[in-house]
Amino acid sequence: MTGPELDAWIDAGTALLGIPVEPAWRAAIRLHLTITFGHAATVLAFDLSDEADPAPVFLA
Amino acid sequence: MTEANALTAAEIAHEVNAGSLTAVDVIETTLARIADRDPVLNSFTAVTAERALARAAAIDAAREAGQSLGPLAGVPFAVKNLIDIAGLPTVAGSRINRDHPPATADATLVTRLERAGAILVGALNMGEYAYDFTGENAHDGAAHNPHDPTRMTGGSSSGSGGAVAGLLVPIALGSDTNGSIRVPASFCGIFGLKPTYGRLSRAGSFPFVASLDHLGPLARSVADLALAYDAMQGTDPFDPVCADRPIEPVAEGLDAGVAGLRIATATGYFRAGAGPEALAALDHVAAALGAGTEVELPEAARARAAAYVISTAEGATLHLARLRTHAADFDPDVRDRLIAGALVPAVFVQQAQKFRRWYRDAVLRLFDDVDVILAPATPCTAPLLGQKTLVLDGVEMPLRPNIGIYTQPISFIGLPVVAVPVVLGGALPIGVQVITAPWREDVALRVAHYLEQHGIADVARPPA
Repeated sequence: MTGPELDAWIDAGTALLGIPVEPAWRAAIRLHLTITFGHAATVLAFDLSDEADPAPVFLA
Repeated sequence: MTEANALTAAEIAHEVNAGSLTAVDVIETTLARIADRDPVLNSFTAVTAERALARAAAIDAAREAGQSLGPLAGVPFAVKNLIDIAGLPTVAGSRINRDHPPATADATLVTRLERAGAILVGALNMGEYAYDFTGENAHDGAAHNPHDPTRMTGGSSSGSGGAVAGLLVPIALGSDTNGSIRVPASFCGIFGLKPTYGRLSRAGSFPFVASLDHLGPLARSVADLALAYDAMQGTDPFDPVCADRPIEPVAEGLDAGVAGLRIATATGYFRAGAGPEALAALDHVAAALGAGTEVELPEAARARAAAYVISTAEGATLHLARLRTHAADFDPDVRDRLIAGALVPAVFVQQAQKFRRWYRDAVLRLFDDVDVILAPATPCTAPLLGQKTLVLDGVEMPLRPNIGIYTQPISFIGLPVVAVPVVLGGALPIGVQVITAPWREDVALRVAHYLEQHGIADVARPPA
Protein backbone atom coordinates (compact mmCIF):
# COMPACT_ATOMS: atom_id res chain seq x y z
CA MET A 1 0.00 0.00 0.00
CA THR A 2 1.21 3.51 -0.74
CA GLY A 3 1.15 6.17 1.96
CA PRO A 4 -2.06 7.79 0.63
CA GLU A 5 -3.72 4.35 0.31
CA LEU A 6 -2.79 3.57 3.88
CA ASP A 7 -4.22 6.88 5.06
CA ALA A 8 -7.39 6.21 3.09
CA TRP A 9 -7.61 2.77 4.73
CA ILE A 10 -7.25 4.34 8.18
CA ASP A 11 -9.86 6.99 7.39
CA ALA A 12 -12.38 4.51 6.01
CA GLY A 13 -11.80 1.85 8.63
CA THR A 14 -11.98 4.12 11.64
CA ALA A 15 -15.07 5.81 10.19
CA LEU A 16 -16.72 2.41 9.68
CA LEU A 17 -15.87 1.33 13.22
CA GLY A 18 -16.65 4.65 14.86
CA ILE A 19 -13.17 5.12 16.31
CA PRO A 20 -12.15 8.77 16.71
CA VAL A 21 -8.57 9.49 15.60
CA GLU A 22 -6.69 12.62 16.63
CA PRO A 23 -4.21 13.92 14.03
CA ALA A 24 -1.35 13.38 16.49
CA TRP A 25 -2.09 9.64 16.64
CA ARG A 26 -1.94 9.02 12.90
CA ALA A 27 1.78 8.52 12.44
CA ALA A 28 1.91 5.78 15.07
CA ILE A 29 -1.21 4.08 13.71
CA ARG A 30 0.30 4.16 10.23
CA LEU A 31 3.56 2.67 11.55
CA HIS A 32 1.80 -0.16 13.39
CA LEU A 33 -0.49 -0.88 10.47
CA THR A 34 2.49 -1.08 8.13
CA ILE A 35 4.23 -3.54 10.49
CA THR A 36 1.07 -5.63 10.84
CA PHE A 37 0.42 -5.75 7.10
CA GLY A 38 4.01 -6.84 6.63
CA HIS A 39 3.48 -9.72 9.02
CA ALA A 40 0.18 -10.55 7.32
CA ALA A 41 1.92 -10.71 3.95
CA THR A 42 4.39 -13.18 5.44
CA VAL A 43 1.50 -15.34 6.63
CA LEU A 44 -0.41 -15.14 3.35
CA ALA A 45 2.68 -16.13 1.38
CA PHE A 46 2.56 -19.59 2.92
CA ASP A 47 0.69 -22.15 0.84
CA LEU A 48 -1.97 -23.95 2.87
CA SER A 49 -4.36 -26.54 1.53
CA ASP A 50 -8.07 -25.84 1.18
CA GLU A 51 -8.66 -28.50 3.82
CA ALA A 52 -6.35 -26.91 6.44
CA ASP A 53 -8.42 -26.35 9.56
CA PRO A 54 -7.83 -23.21 11.59
CA ALA A 55 -6.48 -23.74 15.08
CA PRO A 56 -9.55 -22.92 17.22
CA VAL A 57 -12.10 -25.72 17.03
CA PHE A 58 -15.54 -25.18 18.48
CA LEU A 59 -16.85 -28.13 20.47
CA ALA A 60 -20.64 -28.35 20.69
CA MET B 1 15.47 -5.44 58.25
CA THR B 2 15.11 -9.15 58.84
CA GLU B 3 16.05 -11.44 56.02
CA ALA B 4 12.68 -13.19 56.00
CA ASN B 5 11.81 -11.33 52.80
CA ALA B 6 14.73 -13.03 51.06
CA LEU B 7 13.56 -16.55 51.93
CA THR B 8 12.10 -18.74 49.24
CA ALA B 9 8.48 -19.82 49.45
CA ALA B 10 9.56 -23.36 50.33
CA GLU B 11 11.70 -22.06 53.20
CA ILE B 12 8.90 -19.84 54.52
CA ALA B 13 6.36 -22.66 54.38
CA HIS B 14 8.78 -25.01 56.13
CA GLU B 15 9.40 -22.56 58.95
CA VAL B 16 5.75 -21.61 59.37
CA ASN B 17 4.76 -25.27 59.42
CA ALA B 18 7.49 -25.95 61.98
CA GLY B 19 6.51 -23.00 64.12
CA SER B 20 9.91 -21.31 63.92
CA LEU B 21 8.36 -18.37 62.07
CA THR B 22 4.83 -17.05 62.31
CA ALA B 23 2.80 -16.08 59.30
CA VAL B 24 2.17 -12.70 60.89
CA ASP B 25 5.93 -12.12 61.15
CA VAL B 26 6.31 -13.02 57.49
CA ILE B 27 3.57 -10.64 56.39
CA GLU B 28 4.77 -7.78 58.58
CA THR B 29 8.26 -8.19 57.11
CA THR B 30 6.81 -8.31 53.62
CA LEU B 31 4.75 -5.16 54.13
CA ALA B 32 7.79 -3.36 55.54
CA ARG B 33 9.90 -4.43 52.57
CA ILE B 34 7.23 -3.20 50.15
CA ALA B 35 7.04 0.15 51.98
CA ASP B 36 10.82 0.43 51.87
CA ARG B 37 11.58 -0.60 48.29
CA ASP B 38 8.47 -0.07 46.22
CA PRO B 39 8.79 3.72 46.04
CA VAL B 40 11.78 2.91 43.80
CA LEU B 41 10.58 -0.26 42.07
CA ASN B 42 6.91 0.73 41.53
CA SER B 43 5.87 -2.92 41.40
CA PHE B 44 2.63 -2.66 43.37
CA THR B 45 -0.55 -0.80 42.47
CA ALA B 46 -2.47 -2.00 45.55
CA VAL B 47 -1.34 -3.54 48.84
CA THR B 48 -3.94 -5.66 50.62
CA ALA B 49 -2.37 -5.30 54.05
CA GLU B 50 -5.48 -5.74 56.17
CA ARG B 51 -6.56 -8.85 54.32
CA ALA B 52 -3.04 -10.30 54.46
CA LEU B 53 -2.61 -9.74 58.18
CA ALA B 54 -6.02 -11.27 58.92
CA ARG B 55 -5.18 -14.29 56.82
CA ALA B 56 -1.77 -14.64 58.48
CA ALA B 57 -3.35 -14.51 61.93
CA ALA B 58 -5.79 -17.23 60.89
CA ILE B 59 -2.94 -19.45 59.71
CA ASP B 60 -1.03 -18.95 62.96
CA ALA B 61 -4.18 -19.76 64.92
CA ALA B 62 -4.72 -22.88 62.87
CA ARG B 63 -1.22 -24.07 63.66
CA GLU B 64 -1.65 -23.40 67.36
CA ALA B 65 -4.85 -25.44 67.20
CA GLY B 66 -2.88 -28.34 65.78
CA GLN B 67 -4.40 -28.17 62.32
CA SER B 68 -2.26 -29.10 59.34
CA LEU B 69 -1.20 -26.20 57.17
CA GLY B 70 -0.79 -26.24 53.41
CA PRO B 71 2.43 -26.56 51.37
CA LEU B 72 2.50 -22.77 50.93
CA ALA B 73 1.66 -21.90 54.53
CA GLY B 74 2.41 -18.25 55.24
CA VAL B 75 3.91 -17.58 51.80
CA PRO B 76 3.21 -14.05 50.56
CA PHE B 77 2.29 -13.64 46.92
CA ALA B 78 0.97 -10.89 44.66
CA VAL B 79 -0.80 -10.90 41.31
CA LYS B 80 -0.67 -8.88 38.12
CA ASN B 81 -3.53 -6.44 38.34
CA LEU B 82 -5.51 -8.12 35.57
CA ILE B 83 -6.25 -10.96 38.03
CA ASP B 84 -9.37 -10.51 40.15
CA ILE B 85 -9.00 -9.62 43.83
CA ALA B 86 -12.33 -9.44 45.66
CA GLY B 87 -13.09 -5.87 46.61
CA LEU B 88 -10.80 -4.21 44.04
CA PRO B 89 -11.53 -3.19 40.45
CA THR B 90 -9.47 -5.30 38.03
CA VAL B 91 -7.69 -2.44 36.31
CA ALA B 92 -5.48 -4.44 33.91
CA GLY B 93 -2.98 -1.59 33.85
CA SER B 94 -5.55 0.84 32.50
CA ARG B 95 -7.17 4.07 33.58
CA ILE B 96 -10.45 3.07 31.95
CA ASN B 97 -11.06 -0.03 34.10
CA ARG B 98 -10.68 1.95 37.31
CA ASP B 99 -14.36 2.81 36.88
CA HIS B 100 -15.30 -0.87 36.85
CA PRO B 101 -17.08 -2.19 39.95
CA PRO B 102 -14.84 -4.09 42.38
CA ALA B 103 -14.44 -7.80 41.70
CA THR B 104 -16.92 -9.79 43.73
CA ALA B 105 -14.64 -12.80 44.11
CA ASP B 106 -10.99 -13.76 43.78
CA ALA B 107 -9.74 -15.36 40.57
CA THR B 108 -9.54 -19.14 40.60
CA LEU B 109 -5.75 -19.16 40.88
CA VAL B 110 -5.80 -16.79 43.87
CA THR B 111 -8.30 -19.04 45.61
CA ARG B 112 -6.18 -22.12 44.91
CA LEU B 113 -2.95 -20.55 46.18
CA GLU B 114 -4.68 -19.41 49.36
CA ARG B 115 -6.18 -22.86 49.78
CA ALA B 116 -2.58 -24.10 49.92
CA GLY B 117 -1.79 -21.59 52.67
CA ALA B 118 -0.37 -18.69 50.64
CA ILE B 119 -1.28 -15.13 51.53
CA LEU B 120 -2.18 -12.48 48.95
CA VAL B 121 -0.49 -9.15 49.66
CA GLY B 122 -1.50 -7.09 46.67
CA ALA B 123 -1.90 -6.27 42.99
CA LEU B 124 1.00 -5.58 40.67
CA ASN B 125 1.81 -3.04 37.99
CA MET B 126 1.61 -4.09 34.35
CA GLY B 127 1.65 -2.78 30.81
CA GLU B 128 -1.79 -1.51 29.86
CA TYR B 129 -4.16 -4.32 28.90
CA ALA B 130 -1.11 -6.62 28.64
CA TYR B 131 -0.20 -5.26 25.19
CA ASP B 132 3.37 -4.55 26.18
CA PHE B 133 6.87 -5.97 26.56
CA THR B 134 8.49 -2.95 28.28
CA GLY B 135 6.87 -2.51 31.70
CA GLU B 136 6.19 1.14 30.97
CA ASN B 137 2.73 2.44 31.83
CA ALA B 138 1.40 5.95 31.22
CA HIS B 139 -1.02 5.80 34.16
CA ASP B 140 0.88 4.03 36.94
CA GLY B 141 4.42 4.83 35.84
CA ALA B 142 7.06 2.37 34.73
CA ALA B 143 8.07 -0.58 36.85
CA HIS B 144 11.80 -0.33 37.57
CA ASN B 145 14.27 -3.20 37.29
CA PRO B 146 15.64 -4.14 40.74
CA HIS B 147 19.09 -4.80 39.26
CA ASP B 148 19.25 -1.31 37.75
CA PRO B 149 16.29 1.02 38.30
CA THR B 150 17.14 2.98 35.16
CA ARG B 151 16.20 -0.10 33.14
CA MET B 152 13.00 -1.86 32.14
CA THR B 153 11.57 -4.81 34.01
CA GLY B 154 10.08 -6.05 30.78
CA GLY B 155 6.37 -6.64 30.42
CA SER B 156 3.68 -6.92 30.42
CA SER B 157 3.93 -8.68 33.84
CA SER B 158 6.26 -5.89 34.91
CA GLY B 159 5.38 -5.64 38.58
CA SER B 160 5.45 -9.43 38.83
CA GLY B 161 9.07 -9.46 37.66
CA GLY B 162 10.11 -6.48 39.78
CA ALA B 163 8.40 -7.66 42.97
CA VAL B 164 9.97 -11.12 42.86
CA ALA B 165 13.45 -9.99 41.79
CA GLY B 166 13.33 -7.13 44.30
CA LEU B 167 12.69 -9.54 47.20
CA LEU B 168 9.22 -8.08 47.89
CA VAL B 169 7.45 -11.42 47.48
CA PRO B 170 8.76 -14.92 46.67
CA ILE B 171 5.96 -15.73 44.21
CA ALA B 172 3.94 -13.59 41.80
CA LEU B 173 1.41 -14.45 39.16
CA GLY B 174 1.59 -13.03 35.67
CA SER B 175 -0.01 -13.57 32.31
CA ASP B 176 1.72 -14.55 29.09
CA THR B 177 0.08 -14.06 25.70
CA ASN B 178 3.20 -13.61 23.61
CA GLY B 179 5.94 -13.66 26.25
CA SER B 180 4.72 -11.50 29.12
CA ILE B 181 5.93 -13.89 31.84
CA ARG B 182 9.16 -14.91 30.09
CA VAL B 183 10.30 -11.39 29.11
CA PRO B 184 10.17 -9.92 32.64
CA ALA B 185 11.67 -13.14 34.00
CA SER B 186 14.57 -12.64 31.58
CA PHE B 187 15.13 -8.94 32.25
CA CYS B 188 14.70 -9.31 36.03
CA GLY B 189 16.77 -12.48 36.31
CA ILE B 190 14.22 -14.84 37.86
CA PHE B 191 12.41 -18.05 36.94
CA GLY B 192 9.07 -17.93 35.12
CA LEU B 193 6.72 -20.73 34.08
CA LYS B 194 4.40 -20.37 31.13
CA PRO B 195 2.45 -23.61 31.28
CA THR B 196 0.80 -25.42 28.42
CA TYR B 197 -2.10 -23.47 26.92
CA GLY B 198 -5.17 -24.62 28.82
CA ARG B 199 -3.29 -26.03 31.82
CA LEU B 200 -4.08 -23.33 34.40
CA SER B 201 -7.45 -21.65 34.74
CA ARG B 202 -7.77 -18.07 33.55
CA ALA B 203 -11.16 -17.61 35.23
CA GLY B 204 -11.34 -14.28 36.95
CA SER B 205 -8.68 -12.58 34.84
CA PHE B 206 -9.06 -9.76 32.35
CA PRO B 207 -8.26 -11.15 28.88
CA PHE B 208 -6.09 -9.84 26.07
CA VAL B 209 -6.05 -12.44 23.26
CA ALA B 210 -8.26 -15.37 24.19
CA SER B 211 -6.57 -17.61 21.60
CA LEU B 212 -3.19 -17.13 23.25
CA ASP B 213 -3.67 -16.09 26.89
CA HIS B 214 -1.97 -18.06 29.68
CA LEU B 215 -1.47 -17.43 33.40
CA GLY B 216 1.53 -18.66 35.37
CA PRO B 217 3.95 -18.05 38.25
CA LEU B 218 7.28 -16.23 38.58
CA ALA B 219 9.67 -17.04 41.44
CA ARG B 220 13.28 -16.99 42.58
CA SER B 221 13.57 -20.78 42.73
CA VAL B 222 12.33 -23.67 40.65
CA ALA B 223 10.94 -25.42 43.73
CA ASP B 224 8.77 -22.36 44.36
CA LEU B 225 7.52 -22.39 40.79
CA ALA B 226 6.63 -26.05 41.21
CA LEU B 227 4.88 -25.56 44.56
CA ALA B 228 2.75 -22.75 43.15
CA TYR B 229 2.06 -24.61 39.92
CA ASP B 230 0.98 -27.76 41.74
CA ALA B 231 -1.35 -25.76 43.98
CA MET B 232 -2.98 -24.09 40.97
CA GLN B 233 -3.55 -27.09 38.72
CA GLY B 234 -6.98 -28.53 38.04
CA THR B 235 -9.83 -28.11 35.62
CA ASP B 236 -12.22 -25.18 35.96
CA PRO B 237 -15.68 -24.95 34.41
CA PHE B 238 -15.38 -21.16 34.47
CA ASP B 239 -12.59 -21.14 31.88
CA PRO B 240 -13.77 -22.84 28.66
CA VAL B 241 -10.16 -23.28 27.54
CA CYS B 242 -8.97 -24.96 30.77
CA ALA B 243 -8.24 -28.58 29.93
CA ASP B 244 -10.08 -31.43 31.58
CA ARG B 245 -6.93 -33.14 32.80
CA PRO B 246 -6.03 -34.67 36.12
CA ILE B 247 -3.66 -32.79 38.40
CA GLU B 248 -0.12 -33.90 37.54
CA PRO B 249 2.09 -32.80 40.45
CA VAL B 250 5.69 -31.93 39.63
CA ALA B 251 7.31 -30.80 42.88
CA GLU B 252 8.25 -34.31 44.03
CA GLY B 253 10.01 -35.10 40.75
CA LEU B 254 12.29 -32.08 40.47
CA ASP B 255 15.38 -34.00 41.53
CA ALA B 256 15.07 -36.60 38.77
CA GLY B 257 17.96 -35.00 36.87
CA VAL B 258 18.48 -34.76 33.15
CA ALA B 259 19.99 -38.18 32.37
CA GLY B 260 18.27 -39.72 29.40
CA LEU B 261 16.68 -36.51 28.21
CA ARG B 262 17.29 -35.61 24.59
CA ILE B 263 18.10 -31.89 24.68
CA ALA B 264 18.62 -29.73 21.61
CA THR B 265 19.24 -26.07 20.90
CA ALA B 266 17.00 -24.08 18.57
CA THR B 267 18.94 -22.71 15.65
CA GLY B 268 18.17 -20.60 12.59
CA TYR B 269 15.54 -18.02 13.55
CA PHE B 270 16.44 -18.29 17.23
CA ARG B 271 20.07 -17.32 16.70
CA ALA B 272 19.58 -14.66 14.03
CA GLY B 273 19.22 -11.28 15.67
CA ALA B 274 20.17 -12.42 19.14
CA GLY B 275 22.66 -10.20 20.90
CA PRO B 276 25.96 -11.64 22.13
CA GLU B 277 24.70 -11.83 25.73
CA ALA B 278 21.66 -13.85 24.64
CA LEU B 279 23.80 -16.27 22.64
CA ALA B 280 26.36 -16.58 25.43
CA ALA B 281 23.64 -17.47 27.93
CA LEU B 282 22.09 -19.98 25.55
CA ASP B 283 25.43 -21.62 24.81
CA HIS B 284 26.29 -21.71 28.53
CA VAL B 285 23.07 -23.58 29.33
CA ALA B 286 23.40 -25.87 26.31
CA ALA B 287 26.95 -26.84 27.26
CA ALA B 288 25.96 -27.60 30.85
CA LEU B 289 23.18 -29.87 29.62
CA GLY B 290 25.29 -31.55 26.94
CA ALA B 291 22.87 -30.36 24.28
CA GLY B 292 24.90 -31.41 21.30
CA THR B 293 22.21 -31.28 18.66
CA GLU B 294 20.42 -28.41 17.01
CA VAL B 295 16.87 -28.28 15.74
CA GLU B 296 15.18 -25.75 13.52
CA LEU B 297 11.59 -24.91 14.33
CA PRO B 298 10.06 -24.84 10.85
CA GLU B 299 8.71 -21.47 9.76
CA ALA B 300 9.36 -19.85 13.14
CA ALA B 301 9.50 -16.35 11.63
CA ARG B 302 6.12 -16.92 10.01
CA ALA B 303 4.77 -18.23 13.31
CA ARG B 304 5.85 -15.05 15.02
CA ALA B 305 4.19 -13.03 12.23
CA ALA B 306 0.97 -14.99 12.62
CA ALA B 307 0.96 -14.54 16.39
CA TYR B 308 1.43 -10.82 15.84
CA VAL B 309 -1.55 -10.60 13.46
CA ILE B 310 -3.85 -12.63 15.71
CA SER B 311 -2.84 -10.65 18.79
CA THR B 312 -3.42 -7.22 17.32
CA ALA B 313 -6.75 -8.14 15.74
CA GLU B 314 -8.16 -10.07 18.71
CA GLY B 315 -6.92 -7.43 21.12
CA ALA B 316 -8.59 -4.71 19.06
CA THR B 317 -11.83 -6.69 18.95
CA LEU B 318 -11.78 -6.95 22.74
CA HIS B 319 -11.29 -3.20 23.12
CA LEU B 320 -13.41 -1.90 20.22
CA ALA B 321 -16.12 -0.38 22.41
CA ARG B 322 -13.51 1.34 24.57
CA LEU B 323 -11.68 2.64 21.49
CA ARG B 324 -14.95 4.17 20.31
CA THR B 325 -15.77 5.92 23.57
CA HIS B 326 -12.53 6.30 25.54
CA ALA B 327 -9.73 6.37 22.97
CA ALA B 328 -8.03 9.33 24.64
CA ASP B 329 -7.94 7.50 27.97
CA PHE B 330 -5.71 4.65 26.76
CA ASP B 331 -1.96 4.61 27.18
CA PRO B 332 -0.99 6.15 23.81
CA ASP B 333 1.53 3.39 23.06
CA VAL B 334 -1.22 0.80 23.42
CA ARG B 335 -4.07 2.75 21.85
CA ASP B 336 -2.31 3.35 18.55
CA ARG B 337 -1.47 -0.36 18.19
CA LEU B 338 -5.05 -1.34 19.00
CA ILE B 339 -6.51 1.10 16.48
CA ALA B 340 -4.19 -0.39 13.86
CA GLY B 341 -5.34 -3.84 14.97
CA ALA B 342 -8.98 -2.91 14.41
CA LEU B 343 -8.16 -2.24 10.75
CA VAL B 344 -6.79 -5.72 9.97
CA PRO B 345 -8.89 -7.64 7.42
CA ALA B 346 -10.48 -10.83 8.72
CA VAL B 347 -8.82 -12.93 6.01
CA PHE B 348 -5.41 -12.17 7.52
CA VAL B 349 -6.51 -13.41 10.92
CA GLN B 350 -8.19 -16.52 9.62
CA GLN B 351 -5.15 -17.44 7.56
CA ALA B 352 -2.96 -16.95 10.62
CA GLN B 353 -5.19 -19.36 12.55
CA LYS B 354 -4.96 -21.89 9.74
CA PHE B 355 -1.19 -21.54 9.73
CA ARG B 356 -1.18 -21.97 13.49
CA ARG B 357 -2.46 -25.51 13.16
CA TRP B 358 0.07 -26.32 10.41
CA TYR B 359 2.91 -24.99 12.55
CA ARG B 360 1.72 -26.88 15.64
CA ASP B 361 1.74 -30.16 13.74
CA ALA B 362 5.18 -29.45 12.29
CA VAL B 363 6.76 -28.48 15.63
CA LEU B 364 5.20 -31.39 17.51
CA ARG B 365 6.95 -33.76 15.11
CA LEU B 366 10.26 -32.43 16.42
CA PHE B 367 9.39 -33.91 19.81
CA ASP B 368 9.59 -37.40 18.28
CA ASP B 369 13.36 -36.91 18.42
CA VAL B 370 13.95 -34.47 21.29
CA ASP B 371 12.48 -33.91 24.74
CA VAL B 372 13.70 -30.38 25.36
CA ILE B 373 14.45 -27.41 23.12
CA LEU B 374 16.54 -24.49 24.36
CA ALA B 375 16.15 -20.97 22.96
CA PRO B 376 16.86 -17.40 24.04
CA ALA B 377 14.08 -15.70 26.00
CA THR B 378 14.93 -12.19 24.83
CA PRO B 379 17.36 -10.86 22.22
CA CYS B 380 19.05 -8.58 24.77
CA THR B 381 19.30 -7.71 28.46
CA ALA B 382 16.99 -5.10 29.99
CA PRO B 383 16.88 -1.92 27.85
CA LEU B 384 16.91 1.53 29.41
CA LEU B 385 13.55 2.96 30.37
CA GLY B 386 12.33 5.21 27.59
CA GLN B 387 14.31 3.38 24.92
CA LYS B 388 12.23 3.19 21.73
CA THR B 389 14.29 1.08 19.36
CA LEU B 390 16.60 -1.92 19.37
CA VAL B 391 18.94 -3.36 16.78
CA LEU B 392 18.11 -6.85 15.52
CA ASP B 393 20.38 -8.47 12.97
CA GLY B 394 21.91 -5.06 12.22
CA VAL B 395 18.54 -3.38 11.62
CA GLU B 396 17.15 -0.74 13.99
CA MET B 397 13.55 -1.65 14.83
CA PRO B 398 10.79 -0.43 17.17
CA LEU B 399 11.51 -1.86 20.61
CA ARG B 400 8.02 -2.46 21.98
CA PRO B 401 6.78 -4.97 19.38
CA ASN B 402 10.12 -6.77 18.96
CA ILE B 403 11.30 -7.76 22.44
CA GLY B 404 9.22 -10.92 22.15
CA ILE B 405 10.59 -12.27 18.90
CA TYR B 406 11.82 -15.49 20.58
CA THR B 407 8.89 -16.02 22.91
CA GLN B 408 6.07 -15.54 20.38
CA PRO B 409 6.71 -18.62 18.21
CA ILE B 410 6.50 -20.80 21.35
CA SER B 411 3.37 -19.45 23.05
CA PHE B 412 1.72 -19.32 19.60
CA ILE B 413 1.21 -23.07 19.90
CA GLY B 414 0.92 -23.21 23.67
CA LEU B 415 4.10 -25.14 24.47
CA PRO B 416 5.16 -25.15 28.13
CA VAL B 417 8.29 -23.15 28.90
CA VAL B 418 10.40 -22.37 31.92
CA ALA B 419 12.49 -19.21 31.56
CA VAL B 420 15.74 -19.69 33.50
CA PRO B 421 17.98 -16.76 34.49
CA VAL B 422 21.65 -16.63 33.56
CA VAL B 423 24.22 -14.10 34.76
CA LEU B 424 27.59 -14.10 33.04
CA GLY B 425 30.56 -11.99 33.96
CA GLY B 426 28.74 -9.54 36.19
CA ALA B 427 26.48 -8.44 33.38
CA LEU B 428 22.74 -7.93 33.68
CA PRO B 429 20.73 -11.16 33.80
CA ILE B 430 19.11 -12.69 30.75
CA GLY B 431 16.81 -15.67 30.32
CA VAL B 432 16.93 -18.90 28.39
CA GLN B 433 13.75 -20.75 27.43
CA VAL B 434 13.51 -24.45 28.36
CA ILE B 435 10.75 -25.68 26.05
CA THR B 436 9.02 -29.05 26.10
CA ALA B 437 6.14 -30.86 24.44
CA PRO B 438 2.59 -29.98 25.52
CA TRP B 439 1.72 -31.08 29.07
CA ARG B 440 5.36 -31.84 29.95
CA GLU B 441 5.90 -29.02 32.42
CA ASP B 442 7.46 -31.69 34.62
CA VAL B 443 10.37 -32.09 32.22
CA ALA B 444 10.93 -28.35 31.76
CA LEU B 445 10.95 -27.84 35.54
CA ARG B 446 13.31 -30.80 36.07
CA VAL B 447 15.79 -29.30 33.63
CA ALA B 448 15.47 -25.85 35.20
CA HIS B 449 16.02 -27.37 38.63
CA TYR B 450 19.13 -29.19 37.42
CA LEU B 451 20.50 -25.91 36.04
CA GLU B 452 19.74 -24.17 39.32
CA GLN B 453 21.35 -26.93 41.41
CA HIS B 454 24.51 -26.76 39.30
CA GLY B 455 24.79 -22.98 39.43
CA ILE B 456 24.14 -22.51 35.72
CA ALA B 457 20.82 -20.77 36.28
CA ASP B 458 21.36 -18.15 38.92
CA VAL B 459 19.13 -15.55 40.56
CA ALA B 460 21.32 -12.57 41.28
CA ARG B 461 20.57 -10.69 44.47
CA PRO B 462 19.67 -7.08 43.65
CA PRO B 463 21.63 -4.16 45.14
CA ALA B 464 20.24 -3.12 48.54
